[in-house]
Amino acid sequence: MHRIDCPWCGIRDEAEFQYQGDATKVRPAPDASQDAFFDYVYKRDNPKGWHTEWWHHVGGCRQWVKVVRNTLTHEIHATGAPAEKLSLPRKKKRGSK
Amino acid sequence: MGKNRLNFGGTKLDRSKPVNFTFDGKTYSGFAGDTLASALLANGVVLMGRSFKYHRPRGCLTAGSEEPNAIVEMRSGPRREPNTRATVAELYDGLDAQSQNRWPSLAVDLQSVNQLLSPWLTAGFYYKTFMWPAKFWEPVYEKFIRRSAGLGHAAVEADPDTYEHAHAHCDVLVVGAGPAGLSAALAAAATGARVLIVEEQAHVGGDLSSTLDQIDGKPADQWAAEAWVKLKALDNVTTMTRTTVFGYYDGNVLAALERVNDHLAEPPNGQPRQRMWNIRAKEVALTCGSHERALTFDNNDRPGVMLAGAVREFVEGYGAAPGKRVVIVTNNDEAYRTAMVLKEAGVEVPLIADARTTPNAAAEAARAAGIPVEMGVLPKKAVGRLQVKAIELQRVDGAFHKKVECDCVAMSSGYSPDVHLVSQTGVAPIWREDILGFVPDTPKRQERSAGAGKGIFDLAGCLHDGHMAGIDAARNAGFEPAKSLKASRADPTSAVPPLAIWRCPGQGKAFVDFQNDVTARDIHLAAQEGYVSVEHAKRYTTLGMATDQGKTSNVTGIGLLATARGEPISDVGTTRFRPPYSPVAIGAFAGHERGREFQPVRQTAMHSCGEKLGAVFVEAGLWLRPQYYPKPGEGVMEAIYRESKQVRETAGICDVSTLGKIEIFGPDSGEFLNRLYINGWKMLAPGKARYGLMLREDGYVFDDGTTSRLDDDHYFMTTTTANAARVLAHMEHAAQVLWPELDVHFCSATEQWCGVAVAGPNARKVLADAFDEALDISDEALPFMGVRTFSWCGTTARIFRISFSGELAFEVNVPWSFGEAMWNAIWEAGQKHGLIAYGTEALSVLRIEKGHVAGNELDGRTTAADMGLGRMMSTKKPFIGQVMAGREGMIAEDRATLVGLKITESEGRLRGGAHLVVDKDDASAETSLGWVTSVCDSPAVGCWIGLAYLQGGLSQHEGKTLYAVNPIYDEAPAVEVCSAHFFDPEGERLNG
Amino acid sequence: MWRDPEPKPQYDVIIIGGGGHGLATAYYLAKEHGITNVAVIEKGWIGGGNVGRNTTIVRSNYMFPANTHFYEKSMKLWEGLEQDFNFNAMVSQRGVINLFHSDPQRDAFARRGNAMRLAGVDAEFLTPEQLKEMVPILDFENARFPIQGGLLQRRGGTVRHDAVAWGYARGADSRGVDILQNCEVKDIVVEGGAAVAVETSRGTIRGKKIAMAVAGHTSQVAKMAGIELPIESHVLQAFVSEGIKPLLDTVVTFGAGHFYISQSDKGGLVFGGDLDGYNSYAQRGNLPMMEHVMAGGMAIMPAIGRVRLLRHWGGVMDMSFDGSPFICKTGIDCLYLNGGWCYGGFKATPASGWCFAHTIAKDAPHKLNEAFTIERFRQGRMIDEKGVGPSPWIQ
Repeated sequence: MHRIDCPWCGIRDEAEFQYQGDATKVRPAPDASQDAFFDYVYKRDNPKGWHTEWWHHVGGCRQWVKVVRNTLTHEIHATGAPAEKLSLPRKKKRGSK
Repeated sequence: MGKNRLNFGGTKLDRSKPVNFTFDGKTYSGFAGDTLASALLANGVVLMGRSFKYHRPRGCLTAGSEEPNAIVEMRSGPRREPNTRATVAELYDGLDAQSQNRWPSLAVDLQSVNQLLSPWLTAGFYYKTFMWPAKFWEPVYEKFIRRSAGLGHAAVEADPDTYEHAHAHCDVLVVGAGPAGLSAALAAAATGARVLIVEEQAHVGGDLSSTLDQIDGKPADQWAAEAWVKLKALDNVTTMTRTTVFGYYDGNVLAALERVNDHLAEPPNGQPRQRMWNIRAKEVALTCGSHERALTFDNNDRPGVMLAGAVREFVEGYGAAPGKRVVIVTNNDEAYRTAMVLKEAGVEVPLIADARTTPNAAAEAARAAGIPVEMGVLPKKAVGRLQVKAIELQRVDGAFHKKVECDCVAMSSGYSPDVHLVSQTGVAPIWREDILGFVPDTPKRQERSAGAGKGIFDLAGCLHDGHMAGIDAARNAGFEPAKSLKASRADPTSAVPPLAIWRCPGQGKAFVDFQNDVTARDIHLAAQEGYVSVEHAKRYTTLGMATDQGKTSNVTGIGLLATARGEPISDVGTTRFRPPYSPVAIGAFAGHERGREFQPVRQTAMHSCGEKLGAVFVEAGLWLRPQYYPKPGEGVMEAIYRESKQVRETAGICDVSTLGKIEIFGPDSGEFLNRLYINGWKMLAPGKARYGLMLREDGYVFDDGTTSRLDDDHYFMTTTTANAARVLAHMEHAAQVLWPELDVHFCSATEQWCGVAVAGPNARKVLADAFDEALDISDEALPFMGVRTFSWCGTTARIFRISFSGELAFEVNVPWSFGEAMWNAIWEAGQKHGLIAYGTEALSVLRIEKGHVAGNELDGRTTAADMGLGRMMSTKKPFIGQVMAGREGMIAEDRATLVGLKITESEGRLRGGAHLVVDKDDASAETSLGWVTSVCDSPAVGCWIGLAYLQGGLSQHEGKTLYAVNPIYDEAPAVEVCSAHFFDPEGERLNG
Repeated sequence: MWRDPEPKPQYDVIIIGGGGHGLATAYYLAKEHGITNVAVIEKGWIGGGNVGRNTTIVRSNYMFPANTHFYEKSMKLWEGLEQDFNFNAMVSQRGVINLFHSDPQRDAFARRGNAMRLAGVDAEFLTPEQLKEMVPILDFENARFPIQGGLLQRRGGTVRHDAVAWGYARGADSRGVDILQNCEVKDIVVEGGAAVAVETSRGTIRGKKIAMAVAGHTSQVAKMAGIELPIESHVLQAFVSEGIKPLLDTVVTFGAGHFYISQSDKGGLVFGGDLDGYNSYAQRGNLPMMEHVMAGGMAIMPAIGRVRLLRHWGGVMDMSFDGSPFICKTGIDCLYLNGGWCYGGFKATPASGWCFAHTIAKDAPHKLNEAFTIERFRQGRMIDEKGVGPSPWIQ
C-alpha cells in the first residue's frame, strides 16, 4: 500500500487518495490550438520509473498533492503542493542496508 | 488414548484435557493441543487424503502449514471449509472432518483408476489429450475435466461467521517466533523500539519444540517459553500467535491473518472467526525459518513416508508416533536429530540410510547411541499401498541394496530457506550450492532476513543472527541498543554439507509436488518438450501451484529441471512467489463489507416521511430514494401514472435532497463559473438562478444543474446526484491546479441542505400556506428562476423558483436537520390543495414529457449539441472542454441527436435500450440509427413516449415512422419521431 | 514445442513481443498470408506477460459496432482454434453473465444486448428466476444492490490462457517463424521516415516491416520510434482460490461491485475487479483493491467466504484513453502498432493477431480494425464503451 506524505496532513494511506494522473501536463492557453489541447488531454509519457503525478486527498484535506513516485518500484520520492517544482531523484534510492 | 500415543514428548499437549473428534464419521480421541494430523497419527490413522490427479492414497507429509497431502473438509453446513490442512487444524471437542477427493471412501477410491491412465495424464495432459475426436471436447471431455475439478466441497450457504479488519503500527515487526525471531524480538525490544512479533502457530519456538538442544543452559523449549513470557511482559512489545503474515506490500505494509477462533467449534458470540491485520512497520525482521524437502524416490508418497522434521515434531511436540519402526533416509545431518528423538521416545529405528559417503559426527553419535547407520545408501522404492510396509534401498550407483521392513519412513533432502515474503518485495532469491537452497539477495525495502530464512541452520547461528537482525532493525528505526546487550547462546555445531540428490534412481512414480501429482518424470518431460524456462515448466506441469504453494516442492522441481537442462540451478533460477504466503479465506479480506454492509446506505433527512407514506425505495448510487408511493391495491405502473398525472393537475412534493450541492464564495466566483460552464455567468444577478452545463476537458458533457447567485460573492451550485463527488473534484482541480490565481472557495453542502421540489398548479398556494408570513412567493417577489432566502423556524431556508417538470414549481432547501419538519409543514398545508407525494419515477415521467435530459441521456459520450443544447455554448468566452468539443468527429453531421418518440401502436410499450431502424426486417448494427434512452407511459401525451438519440435527428426524421427494435425482448414497436418537448412546448405552465 | 534459433540478420517482418498477440500475429501472417520469414522477439520467455496473467474470460458482449464485430471475429476464431492448432486450449463456452441492479443499468445492458443481437452476436436477458437456476450461490435476499437480472452471452466462457500462447507459438514455429526469446529490443531504427531495424540484446536485426505487440509496455517501445501515445500503464490484479469441487458453472460479472468470477477446470475460483488505479509497471497489486474486490465477491456470493485465496498477482494493462485498442499504422512507414488493450486483451487475441497480420501484410487495415487508429482521438471519434472519458485509471 502506498503511503503518501500529504503536505497538509502528513503520511496517509493510499486509500484516502484519488489518483489523478500525470502532473507534468500543463493546460494550454484557452485560445491554443486543438493540437495543443490534444497533447494536454491525450498524450502521455507514461514512464517506467519516476513519474510526477496527482493524488487528490479526497478522504482528507481535499488538496491536490503532487507526488514523485516510481511506477516500477512504487517508491515515493517527494510530495508537494501543486505549485511546487519537484525534481526527480538522480539515482534510485534504496531502502535500509 | 490412541495406540500410537507416546508417554514421551507432547510439549504442545495438555494431557489433562482429552478431546473427542470424528474423521470420516468415526470417532477418535486426542488431547487439547493436538492438531487433527497428530491426533490421527496417535490413533494409528495414517491415511488422510487422496491426491488431485491420480487419487493416490496419502498421509501427512509435514507437520505444518506447508502440508500438501493431508487436507480435509472441516465442519459442515454453512461452515464447511474445504482443503483445511490437518497439520494446522487445532483439535477441539466435536471437531468433524471428512476426507476429500475420494469416492466412495478414502480406502477404496474408484477414481484411482486414473493411475492406470497415467501414461496419458502426464505433464500437460490437458493440452495434448482430449482432442480426438474433435466433436467430443465440449460435450464429453470438458464435462469430465470440470467434474474432476478441485479437492473439497465449499459451502453453498452464506458464511455465518464474521471477519474483522484491524491495523497495527510498529517500529520493528518480527515475523516468526522461532529461535531467530525470539532472539530478534528480545534484542529490538531492549532498545525501546515498539516491537510486534507474530507467530503462525499457537506455540512459539518453532523447531525448538522438537529438539534435544539447550539454550543458555536450559532445554530449548523452556528457553522459548520464558522468552515469550518476557516479551509479553514488556510494554513496548506486542505478541501475536495463530497469526500468519501472508503478504508484504508496498510502503512496508504487511498483511497478516489472525485465526482468532478457528481452534474452537464456533466463534463465541460477538467474536470474529478471523481478523485481518494491516501492519505498518518501520522495519521488519524476517525470521521465517525453512522448509524441509522430500527425497524423490519411487512411491515416496505412500502414507507413512514423511519428512524427518515432521516425524520429530509429531513425536516431541505431540507425543504421537507416526510409526512403530521408522527408517530414516537422508542427505544431511538434520535427519539424525529425528533418529535421536525417536530413540529417546522408545521408537525403533532399524536404520539410518545416509546418501553421503563422507564420515560425519552426526552419524558417529547415532551409532554411539546404538542406531545403525549406512552411508552411501539411498531409498529406491517404498513398498505398501495404504501405508508403507517396507523400504527398498539402493547404493548410490543404483545397485539394489536391501529391503527394510518399517511402517514409517522419515526422509530429508535438506532445507529450503523460506524466502516467500522477501521474494514478494521483488528481491530475487539467489542459489547457494553449499546449503542447497535459495537465500534472499540484498533487501529493497526496510527489511532483513535472519536465521534459517537466510540459510543459517545451526541453533547457535540462528540465535546470534536473529539478535543482530533485531538490533539492526531497531537501529534503522531510530533506536540504539545498549552495549551490554547480548544474544542467547547454544553450543556451536558443525554440519557436513548436504548432498544434492534430486532424483533417487528409479522407474516408477517419484513425486515432487504431491498434491498436484507432479512427478520427476513430468518435469523431465516438460523440459524435453521445450518448456525449459522455469516459468513454462511450472505452468505446464502445475508444479508448485497447489494449495501448499510449492513450499516443499519448488526447489526439488528446479533441481530436476536443472538436471534435465544440464545446467546449474543458479542458471535456471526460480519462479516468483506470489502472495499470500498461505491461503487466506476470502471472507477475511472482505471483512465487514459484505451483504447489505457491502457499501453504506445513505438516507435523506426525509426518509421517514417517505416511509410513513408507504414509499417504495430505490437505489440511486448509495442513496435510497422514494421511487413511488403505491396506494393499497395499486400496481407500480398505476401508481406512477397517477402521481405524474396528479402533479400536473394539483401539486406534488418530491424529495430532491440527493442532488449534489456546492457552496461557492469569493470575488472571482462568477469568473470561475464562467470557465466551468459552457454558458455565461457574468451577467447573472444576485437572487437569480440559471441552468448550467459543464463539459469534461475532452469536450463531452460532464454534468448539468442549476446554480444560483445568492449574493455578490456567493453562489450555490447543484449537480446531478450521480456526479456530485466528481464535479467537486473537478472544481478542486480547476481552483487548485489550473487557476490558483482566482479568489474562489467552495465546499460540498450536499449533506448540509436537504430539499424538496413542490410542483403543480397549486404549488404556490401550498407553499404560501406552509410558510405563512415567512415568505412572499408571489410572481413579483419570486419570478421564474428567482431565488430567495428566508427565515423559517429560526433557521435559514432557501427557495428557488425552478422547474424540472415544466409546471409552476419551487425547490425549497433547509438545513438537513430541519428536513422532516419542512416536509411535514408542507405536507399538512398541502392537503387542502390536493398535494401528493411523488417519487423518482413520476419525476422522470414529468421531465421526459418536457424533454429534459437526465442520467440516461448524459452517458459520457454526448455533446451539448447532441442534447440539443449546442447553442448554449458561448463563443464569447473560453470554458473547459471548448477546444476539444470542436473536433471533427464531435461536430459531425452523422452524430445522433436528441429526439422524442411516440409509440404509434395501441398495444405494446417502449423500452430503454431499443435501437431505432427504418425497416424492422432489416435491423442490423449497420442499419441502427440510434437508441432509446428513457421511456414512460405518459399521462400528458396519452401514450408511451421516449427520448432517443437518433442519427439525423429531428431535422431528417420528424414525423417519420421508425421501429424501436428490441431483440432481447423480441419486440419492435413502431414509433413516430417528434420533438422531445412533448408537453407545453411554449412553457406556459411554468407560470401556474 | 518450438525451436530456439539464432537471429537471422534480416526478416520480412519483425514482431516485437512474444505474448499472445505477437505470437498470434506471426501465426496468421504465416497461415493466412504466406509470410513466414518472420521473427517474434521476446525479452523474456514467451507468454510471460498478460496472456498468462489474466482471468481467461472470452466474450464478445460489446456495444459499439467497431468492438462488437471485432470481438465476435475473435469469438469465432476461438471456436475453431483447437482444431486449427491441434492443441487443446480448453475453450469452454460456459456463458458470461453481467448482473444488473437498477433500471438504468438494465436499460444500458438492453442497449448493449440489442447492439450485440443486431450485429449477429448471441445475447439474452435473464430474469432473477433464471439467474437463480444458473447461479444458485448468488445471494438474492441480502445483497446490498438487489439483483434484477442479467445479460447473458452463452457463447462466452473461458480458455486456458497459457495454452493459447503455446498453441500459437507451436503453430508459428512449425511454419517457419523464428521465436527469439531472451532478446530485448533496445531501439527501433528509423531511416528516411521508415522503420528498418531493431537493436536488440542479441544484435541488430533488420526487418522490412516492424510490428509492435507489447501491450503493457507499448509506451516504452513506441517511444523508441519517437511516438507518444494516449496510453497509460496500470496494474490490474487477478486472484485465484484453492481448488474446490464445482460450485460455479458460468462467468459472472457484478458491475455494481466491481467483481467478476469464474471457476477454472482445476477448481480454483478465478476472479478480479478494478484497476489498482495508478500508473504502474509493477506486476503486483496492493491491499486496498484486494479487500475491495473480495468485498464485492462477498456482497453477492457470501458462500465463498471460507474458500481461501491461493494466489494473487498483477498484470500491466495498456490503458488507452477511451478503453479501446489500437491495431493500425503509425505514421512511420513500415512500423505498425498493436496495443491499448485495456481489459480486452486476452479475449481479443485471435482477432487481434488476425487483423494485425492483415494490416501488416496489406499495409492497410482490415475493415474489422479500421476504427482502431491513433488518429481517432485527434478526430474526436473515440470508441468509449464506458463513457468515462480520458481518465484511464477509472475506466
